[in-house]
Amino acid sequence: MKNLKYLLLRRVTQIGLLVLYFGANAYGWTILKGTFGSSLLFGVIPLADPYTTLQVLATGFVLGADVLLGALIITLFYMIVGGRAFCSWVCPINMVTDLANWLRRKLNLDKEEVNYRFLKRRARYWIMVLGLIVSAIVGIAAFEALSPITIMQRGIIFGFGAGISVVIAIFLFDLFGVKNGWCGHLCPLGATYSLIGKASLIRVKHDHEACTACMECKVVCPENQVLHMINKESISVTDGECTNCGRCVDVCNDNALEFGIRSFTNSKSTKEKK
Amino acid sequence: MANSDNNRRKFMATTLQSVGLAALGGMLWSGYCDEAAASPLVLRPPGALPEKDFLDACIKCGMCAEACVNRESNVDKETGKQRPGTLQMAKGGDHRLIGTPFFTPREVPCYMCDDIPCVPVCPSGALDMPSLLNDKNELDINKANMGLAVVHKESCIAFWGLQCDACYRACPLLDEAISLEYMKNERTGKHAFLLPVVHSDVCTGCGLCEKACVTEKPAIFVLPREHSMGKVGSHYVKGWDIKDQERAGERKIEEIETKTKRSEKAPADYLNREIEY
Repeated sequence: MKNLKYLLLRRVTQIGLLVLYFGANAYGWTILKGTFGSSLLFGVIPLADPYTTLQVLATGFVLGADVLLGALIITLFYMIVGGRAFCSWVCPINMVTDLANWLRRKLNLDKEEVNYRFLKRRARYWIMVLGLIVSAIVGIAAFEALSPITIMQRGIIFGFGAGISVVIAIFLFDLFGVKNGWCGHLCPLGATYSLIGKASLIRVKHDHEACTACMECKVVCPENQVLHMINKESISVTDGECTNCGRCVDVCNDNALEFGIRSFTNSKSTKEKK
Repeated sequence: MANSDNNRRKFMATTLQSVGLAALGGMLWSGYCDEAAASPLVLRPPGALPEKDFLDACIKCGMCAEACVNRESNVDKETGKQRPGTLQMAKGGDHRLIGTPFFTPREVPCYMCDDIPCVPVCPSGALDMPSLLNDKNELDINKANMGLAVVHKESCIAFWGLQCDACYRACPLLDEAISLEYMKNERTGKHAFLLPVVHSDVCTGCGLCEKACVTEKPAIFVLPREHSMGKVGSHYVKGWDIKDQERAGERKIEEIETKTKRSEKAPADYLNREIEY
């Protein structure tokens, strides 16, 4: 029986947040209002997306203090819990791309070598910088003009309209195009959170002694380049591209992977397991 | 040696490729954004910055639309149920910059709430609260500038001589933003026209008139102010109005160009010339 602990926790978090946002519009709840661009928690605490904030600043508009403070709060939060925890625990597109990924495995689309080589994982950092440049040139927040993340979120809160096609496009791209194409290669929001989370405290730890090298973790990991230490060293996954999704922890039958606090000493402390 | 040479070539090639693709992507992306932002005939919430700045500033959080639909006054008096809000968030297919708030008066006009719930919640400053403060430092919805109503007189039945004052009665600034002008109906010889006239210095663009209009397609409708207003410029001033004469001083004398291609010729030539098409 596969362990689904973190998968279920993630889905509960993702859907729970969407329900709160939905209720704010539909029923006037005040727990969490707005969208990811900018929100208000408990009616007092401002939250704002750092990349969106940067885009608006790039257009030359001096944003209100609420948004700036909100972006700071979000940045500090993800500096602690792992930048891309947003991607796997909050972002609604994650559910779409996870479904595409799961179907890829079921339909054997992964068996063939159909991964398009021209698309590099570092493309997202280029897109991130490009988004700011385009924002500055055109004078509107460039990624926000087409972001499937907020289109999907606003779709759930206010109604989709034709915006659903963007979400379907991401699904088809990830299913038939590039594996982990959107989240792992293109999304500039993920790139931003990768950079924010580079030094985050909460990290997956690998226990080399317990590992039996089944490599299941590398199969399920959407960013498996971050798992370079598997069966080699007992260290934390320190790469910012790790989404802290916990799939590897769920799939590991040897207790060789677990969430923990990052060890800054980088000591090879191997735990004795019995 | 050859190996490092190869590596260098590969590095150069991939760098060139990345830069080239980024330039391509940037151009496509810019083009898309420019088109996506080009939807001038859109009505924004009260206090919105001028359209160009508004598109910069709006962070698309939707808190204005949420405040609008969830305001206490937004209840259908007959059913007791909540009505749809005035402010909608642009979706794909709305042909407006996606995620920005707008309203369509014929569907739901702005009801001009006294407390303006949509504006103070704006975190980014796209809805500019200070622009709606009056002398007493209170929020004053009458200072809103969402648009300007215009009348199409051929489809307005008041211009036929029928008595209709639906827009006049619906206007929250009755007799200020819309007044009725009386004119003799020459066709019948004994009736009066009661013609709606909009005053641009007072009209807020709420669209209650457009909603109330009885014709199939409204004969009075709200357009963004830059599309419903002309501009005289400084060539023409009211000679009888000292204040208006100041406008002429806006331009320096050397900037005033009165020579045109036609005025170079003698006046007699002008009269004898054929009309240019």
